[in-house]
Amino acid sequence: MSAVEDLYREIILDHYKNPRYKGELPLPALKVEGANPLCGDQLSLYLEVREGKIHELRIRTLGCSISQASASMMAEAIKGKELKEVEELIEGFKEMMLNKNGTSMSAEKLGDLETLQGVKKYPVRIKCALLPWNTLIEALKSIKSQKPAERVVME
Amino acid sequence: MLDVAKIRKDFPILSQEVNGNPLVYIDSASTSQKPKPVIDTLVNYYSGYNSNIHRGIHTLSERATEAYENVRVIVANFINAPQPECIVFTHNTTEAVNCVAYGWGRKFLKSGDEILLTEMEHHSNLIPWQILSQEKGVTLRFLPITADHTLDLKKLDDLLTSRTKLVCVTQMSNVLGTINPIKMIAKAAHAIGAKIIIDGAQGVPHAGIDVQEVNCDFLAFASHKMLGPTGAGVLYGKMELLEAMDPFLTGGSMILEVWKERATWNKVPHKFEAGTPDIGEVIGFGEAVKYLQNLGMENVREHEREMTSYALEKLSEVEDLVIYGPKNPDLQGGITSFNFKDIHSHDVGTVLDQEGIAIRAGHHCAQPLMRVLQVPGTARASFYVYNQKSEIDRLVAALYKTKEIFQGVGS
Repeated sequence: MSAVEDLYREIILDHYKNPRYKGELPLPALKVEGANPLCGDQLSLYLEVREGKIHELRIRTLGCSISQASASMMAEAIKGKELKEVEELIEGFKEMMLNKNGTSMSAEKLGDLETLQGVKKYPVRIKCALLPWNTLIEALKSIKSQKPAERVVME
Repeated sequence: MLDVAKIRKDFPILSQEVNGNPLVYIDSASTSQKPKPVIDTLVNYYSGYNSNIHRGIHTLSERATEAYENVRVIVANFINAPQPECIVFTHNTTEAVNCVAYGWGRKFLKSGDEILLTEMEHHSNLIPWQILSQEKGVTLRFLPITADHTLDLKKLDDLLTSRTKLVCVTQMSNVLGTINPIKMIAKAAHAIGAKIIIDGAQGVPHAGIDVQEVNCDFLAFASHKMLGPTGAGVLYGKMELLEAMDPFLTGGSMILEVWKERATWNKVPHKFEAGTPDIGEVIGFGEAVKYLQNLGMENVREHEREMTSYALEKLSEVEDLVIYGPKNPDLQGGITSFNFKDIHSHDVGTVLDQEGIAIRAGHHCAQPLMRVLQVPGTARASFYVYNQKSEIDRLVAALYKTKEIFQGVGS
């Protein structure tokens, strides 16, 4: 598999072409915005947590295939999950993307997300993959602290 | 006509493979590559006569000072400035614009005054004016662009009023490639008593300029986009304006006399060159200008007209590709921006990179223009003296490959 084929794996393109949980949620759902000024990627994450679980979510994205696919995969992976599991997944995903040796998280737990590993060969694109996740982190922080969420800007 | 095969031999960087493919460098609007004579000049300076200028009494310092000051003469000659002292060395185009915003704008503009810009300005010819506008209560107005991505000159008369004190316009758009009628705009600005600053970052390297013919008050451009090193930029200004202006950066070597509480300024241009400049890089810049002069700027422009013409022809054959700009090589420099309808420009850039093709993708430091075009970014191919038509063929083939990878997206 060439590097570019490894980056644009079929699963990634499938999520890009058919993004899951695309759209918006009405109030009182939490809305958090994220941006990657370098690429011009923009993302709005709508989240509704009930009884400690991700009850409902929607994502509105404007950006490259990597940020959109990552957002779609993230949505699929966290829907219905308990916040503790979501936090574990965030950690596992970030470890996979940022740690040279990858993550100790099982392939089973990562699911489709594992395919985003190909992005690691393109250091400038890692930020694209992380944008939805950093926005999710801000959303969870806001829920826990009951303080308004801040706009996430990738640096 | 340029002998491109011969020119390419002068650019060592071009003979390499990137990701297993021969490099196609079509990102010269970001920064150009450097020919051997420029690289040799840097090596010779650092290995032969590196020393600080304007202050040493030793031989090396004299050699460096002479070489550095000689570039002022070379650059003045290149843009037909009336005297070398009108050439102020900065570190880049942005610093040159800031020099005018802080040194001239802050001193002479006041609340109620207006600055006229255009919708196609690079952030470097926008943000300094926004800061000034916020600080002084100056109003910014914008000349819009038309559907064919040229300036809407019909609106110029309405936008130029007795309140307009400055017009800021790019000689050539870094996104659209549009070449603007700066001579005509300068005339219109002067007719109502306004000054004009030209952003020549793209225009000067590709079309040259005659500042006396254009009759601009200020001109900003940089070495690194015209075969020279990074770290050297130019502010040209009319002498009486430079003399009336305040210095932007202050400190060492821009002074005449210093007391504990006050100081007097050195004469123009030294008043504007605080601190040790990028000496070797300025000297290398002089060599780059000589290289371009040897090629002849008319030949450079003609070569790029041909490249753009060929690129427009080939790119327009690619299905689903949207091309921006005037799409007319007579009105357009060696810059072509494009997008696939449903593929983000960064994805295009990544696939092209795998094919060894270097383009720029994104907002090109022109976000207001991106909003006008209603896109988050574009892919941009930009050509220079070392590019050849076969590279455009490689670009087009890689675009087909991109299309294949993303087949079905958006449908």
